[in-house]
Amino acid sequence: MTGAANQKTRLAVTEPIWLRVLLTVLALTFLSLIVLLPLAGVFVEATRQGIGAYFASFDDPDVLSAIRLTLIVAAIAVPLNTVFGIVASWCIAKFEFVGKSLLVTLIDLPFSVSPVVAGLVYVLVFGVHGWLGPWLVANDIQVIFAVPGLVLATIFVTFPFVARELIPLMEEQGQEEEEAAISLGASGWRTFWRVTLPNIKWGLLYGVLLCNARAMGEFGAVSVVSGHIRGETNTMPLYVEILYNEYNFVAAFAVASLLAMLALVTLVLKKIIEWRFAGASSVVG
Amino acid sequence: MDIEIKNISKQFGNFTALNDVSLTVHPGELVALLGPSGSGKTTLLRIIAGLERATSGNVLFGGEDALNRSIRQRRVGFVFQHYALFRHMSVFENVAFGLRVKARDQRPREADIRDRVMKLLSLVQLDHFAKRYPSQLSGGQRQRVALARALAIEPAVLLLDEPFGALDAKVRKELRRWLRGLHDEMQLTSLFVTHDQEEALELADRVVLMNNAAIEQVGSPQEVYDHPATSFAYEFLGHVNRFDCRIEDGKVDVCGGDIAVPAETANGGGAAIAYVRPHDIEIFNGSVMAGRPAVVQYVSAAGPVAKIELSLGEDGRLVEAEIGRAQLHALDLKIGQPVYVRARKARVFATDSVH
Repeated sequence: MTGAANQKTRLAVTEPIWLRVLLTVLALTFLSLIVLLPLAGVFVEATRQGIGAYFASFDDPDVLSAIRLTLIVAAIAVPLNTVFGIVASWCIAKFEFVGKSLLVTLIDLPFSVSPVVAGLVYVLVFGVHGWLGPWLVANDIQVIFAVPGLVLATIFVTFPFVARELIPLMEEQGQEEEEAAISLGASGWRTFWRVTLPNIKWGLLYGVLLCNARAMGEFGAVSVVSGHIRGETNTMPLYVEILYNEYNFVAAFAVASLLAMLALVTLVLKKIIEWRFAGASSVVG
Repeated sequence: MDIEIKNISKQFGNFTALNDVSLTVHPGELVALLGPSGSGKTTLLRIIAGLERATSGNVLFGGEDALNRSIRQRRVGFVFQHYALFRHMSVFENVAFGLRVKARDQRPREADIRDRVMKLLSLVQLDHFAKRYPSQLSGGQRQRVALARALAIEPAVLLLDEPFGALDAKVRKELRRWLRGLHDEMQLTSLFVTHDQEEALELADRVVLMNNAAIEQVGSPQEVYDHPATSFAYEFLGHVNRFDCRIEDGKVDVCGGDIAVPAETANGGGAAIAYVRPHDIEIFNGSVMAGRPAVVQYVSAAGPVAKIELSLGEDGRLVEAEIGRAQLHALDLKIGQPVYVRARKARVFATDSVH
């Protein structure tokens, strides 16, 4: 009995046991070296001189300012990209129009272009010597080396996350439910809130989460437009670099540990959403 | 309420979905829009509902122009082929949706909504399923929820797009009978789209046969079945054998039968097409040698009538015949057996009138 069952298992899984063990060990070792060890290193370095020194790092007003700025930038960029993502995927999934494939390609652009290039382009457009520079100076508006520039660069980089998540979902769902709602007398607005949004909520949340993680962690594009003015235009990732270059390792890793924790929280939430999402769609299935 | 469709045309780019279609649906009537896929029947239904805009033409609801009315004002109940139930709402909330989205001054009180919804759910025999979600229901149950949801807004007109298209044969038959009963009870002006001729003939008061963006024929099921107006109508409604033939002396020779052709069709003679229904093919065995020689190719006796395929002697083309079981027993047909066949009746169209 057992022998026959064993043989069946053998036949169903073609790889021999030693190969499976080898591959698993290889994958886990690689993951530990490349991801887990450095991540643990961040927390070890941050607390090297004791918990007291770790928390003392956050007493620096420049650190607090960097944290505040990161939150402000994310608080502006993420909602804007959420609204944009919903609108764009709605258009793409539910209507046919000229230039649709161009729009889809453009949405993907921030994924394919280096963030530094994005930053440079904003300097070119909004910088003092840029295209709009003279006009901005004349009207006393500062974009580059100020918060508006940081927000713009972050919006650019995190632009595709929500839309990318929603387009396939909305395309799969079609528009019959919306048509049904309209035929039952619902206005377009109510149809959106009561039918469309509930149907996409898990995918939307997932997109917003990824968008937020990237918005808070973005370095390249933000670095170009920031100007690195202490206490004014340094976000957390930028300030980590500055502290590190000043050999202030404990403070650098302390701020970095916040970003790492953000990543961990994001991963956990992502897992929970995936699990809910799968549950919701299998109930729907 | 009656619906008047006046000269409706609809273009999708270069494609003509509807070409100058006119139709009147009387109050309380159950009308079937029947046709092959791509004939424009669903487009017409969606234009009546307001889900699609006509390129030109008018739709009148009770004498009033409906195209200027919003979908909300039309009071149309629309049932979708794939149900289109709100997947994140319970059955109860699905049915209640149309009541909850009414303007504040017209919205019923919560207790009234509850009453109405439960009444509708018991009408569609789903009162025990109020708390379930659409994904927990079978196809037939989902379609009944969709129907209850459409009826909740007390529509003046009920429109159904291939309502039984996605269901299996047995459920489809049950639901069909049930819908007929419901319609007779409510007397709601209803239109449904189908590509299934049996469904249209069995369920509808009147059948609108559509082909190529236009209406081919309108009539009661018996009228369109017994007197198809065009060759398309003949081929589409029920099984049929098609023969190429020539009109000579006001007659055609179809499958061994000498059939008289009405004078207006004969028109002096020429090429023609004759249609013979399977049950109008006679089969002779043994001593009688009337009609044409043929060989039995296939006998299917599963069902109330036996279906027999025969190949004609001269060119071997296949002919379908249907005979009663008693007759099958008397003839004692076997595969490969030589027999004689003859057309009892035929409908002849001169070729120039066939498209």
